[in-house]
Amino acid sequence: MYVSRLELVDFRSYPHLVVEFEAGCSVLVGPNGVGKTNLVEALHYLSTLDSHRVAVDAPLVRAGATTAVIRGEIVHDGRSLLVELAVEPGRANRARLNGAPVRRPREVLGALRMVLFAPEDLALVRGDPAERRRYLDDLLVARQPRYAGVRADYERVLKQRNALLRTAYLARKVGAGARDLSTLDVWDLHLAQHGAELMAARMELCAALGPHVAKAYDAVAAGRGAATVAYRPGVEGGPDRATLAQALSDALTAARPSEVDRGVTLVGPHRDDLTLTLGELPAKGYASHGESWSFALALRLAAYELLRAEGVEPVLALDDVFAELDTGRRDRLAELVGGAAQLLVTCAVPQDVPQRLGGVRYDVAEGALRRAG
Amino acid sequence: MYEGAIQDLIDELGRLPGVGPKSAQRIAFHVLSADPADVKRLAAALQRVKELVRFCTTCFNVAESEQCRICRDPRRTGDVLCVVEEPKDVVAIERTGEFRGRYHVLGGAINPLEGIGPDNLRIRELMARLADGTVKELILATDPNTEGEATATYLALLVKPMGIAVTRLASGLPVGGDLEYADEITLGRAFEGRRAV
Repeated sequence: MYVSRLELVDFRSYPHLVVEFEAGCSVLVGPNGVGKTNLVEALHYLSTLDSHRVAVDAPLVRAGATTAVIRGEIVHDGRSLLVELAVEPGRANRARLNGAPVRRPREVLGALRMVLFAPEDLALVRGDPAERRRYLDDLLVARQPRYAGVRADYERVLKQRNALLRTAYLARKVGAGARDLSTLDVWDLHLAQHGAELMAARMELCAALGPHVAKAYDAVAAGRGAATVAYRPGVEGGPDRATLAQALSDALTAARPSEVDRGVTLVGPHRDDLTLTLGELPAKGYASHGESWSFALALRLAAYELLRAEGVEPVLALDDVFAELDTGRRDRLAELVGGAAQLLVTCAVPQDVPQRLGGVRYDVAEGALRRAG
Repeated sequence: MYEGAIQDLIDELGRLPGVGPKSAQRIAFHVLSADPADVKRLAAALQRVKELVRFCTTCFNVAESEQCRICRDPRRTGDVLCVVEEPKDVVAIERTGEFRGRYHVLGGAINPLEGIGPDNLRIRELMARLADGTVKELILATDPNTEGEATATYLALLVKPMGIAVTRLASGLPVGGDLEYADEITLGRAFEGRRAV
C-alpha cells in the first residue's frame, strides 16, 4: 500500500498543507526544524492513533487552533481509501472512512499500515523494559487486532488486582487489621489466563522476529557480532498457553506473601523484558551509540519485514536515518528497503541519501512542501 | 449562565447520566414552555419513584411491594436462578422471553478500583437462597467485562462445591448482523471461542 495524498489542517507547524505522493521512494529534504518529522508523525498518527513523540494530543494542534485534521488517501490493491481524523485535545478523536463517519476511531486502524523508525527509537535499546514490551505489543496488535483486546484485558485485571492489594496494604498500615483478600484468588486466575495469552503471543512473535532482526542488523551495522532477540519471561514454561497459565499461577501463589506485604503485583508479563544481545554481550550497557542505534533500526526493519512477509505491505518511514550511517551502510540499507511499496525518507542533507534509492524529492520549508524538479 | 430557577434546573438535569450541558439546557427550556399539568405529572413521577419503589426482599430487583412481580409469579420455576448485576439486566433478559426461572440482582460487580468487594454485593443473600437446595442451576449473567468476569468466577468457585450446576452466558457475535460489521476484537474472540457443529 502507499499514501497518495496527505492533507493537514492545523497540524503542528502546518496551517494547511496538501501533498501528493507516489509509490516508491519519496525524500523529504529541509533544514532542521522546518517540520519534516511532523509530516511523518501525522501519517504515523493516522496509522496508529498515537504519536511517536508525545503522549498527549495538545502539541499536535497548531498554536491558536482547536482542532487538527489529518486526511490521507491510501492506495491498496489499486483501490483508494480516504481516511480522515480530527484531533481535538481533551475530546475523543473523530474519524471518517471515505467520507462516512465511523462509530469509533479505532475502526480506521489497519487502513494505513506503517512502520516508522525515528531517533526516539534509541530508547528501544537504551530505555526501560516498558519500551520493548510496547514494541512487541504494538506489533502483535498490528498483526492480529484481537490482541488489542487481550492487552486491554490484562491491563485491566492488573489494575484491579493492584487496587485490591493496595487497599489491603494501606488498611494494614493504619492498623485496621487484615483486610478481606478473598477475591484475590479470582484475580490470580484471571491474571494467569490473560497473562499466559499475552506471553504466548509475545514468545511466538519473538521467534518470528529473530531471523529478521539478525538480517537487518547485519545490513546496517558494521558486522561485529550477530544481533539476537529473546523474550525474557519472569516465569519458566511455555510456549503453550496452558503451561504458561499454570506457571503464572504457581508463581503468584509463591509470591503471595511478598505481594501482600508490598501491596503490588510482582508476577506477570508486565514485568517481562525483551533481551537484546550483540554477539555474547547484552546490548544495553555494552553496545556503543552506533551499535545501539543500529539495533533499534534493525528492530523496526524486522517489524517491517515481518508484516511484509505476512501479507499487506506497510509503508516504511525512516526519519533522519541516513545521516547516521557511513557510505557502505547507507548502500546496504538502501538495498534492504529499496523494494518497499512506499518509502518515506527525511533528511537535512540530500547527499546523505544514496542515489540508488532514486525517488521524488520534496523540499520542505516553513509550513509548506514543494516537489522538486 | 441564566438566572435563578432556570439555571438550577439546568444544573440538576446536567447531573443526570447521559445528559450534557446542551441537552440539559434544551430540556430545561422545554419544561419552561410545557403545559403546567405535564410538568406537575413529571414532578410527581420523580417523587413517587423515590417514595414507592423498593427493592424486592428476595431477589433485590426493583419492586413496589415486599416482593417483585417475578418472585411473586407462581408460574416461574424455582430451580433455575439467573444472577445479574443490575435491575436493568433483568429487563433485558425478560425481553428475550427465553427464561422462565427467577433472578438474583447483585447490585454491581466486584471492582477493587471503586472499593467494591463481595461484601458490598448481595452475595451473602444469594448464598442464603441457595442453601435450601431448590436451585439446581445457577446462570451467571454478569457483564462480559473484566469486573463481570471476575464476579462470575468468584461465584462459580463459591457455588460449585455445593453441587449446583453453574453456567455462564456465551459471548461472541451479535445475531442478525453482518460478519463484516463486527469489530476485529469481537470477531477475533468469536474465532477463539468457536465450537464444533
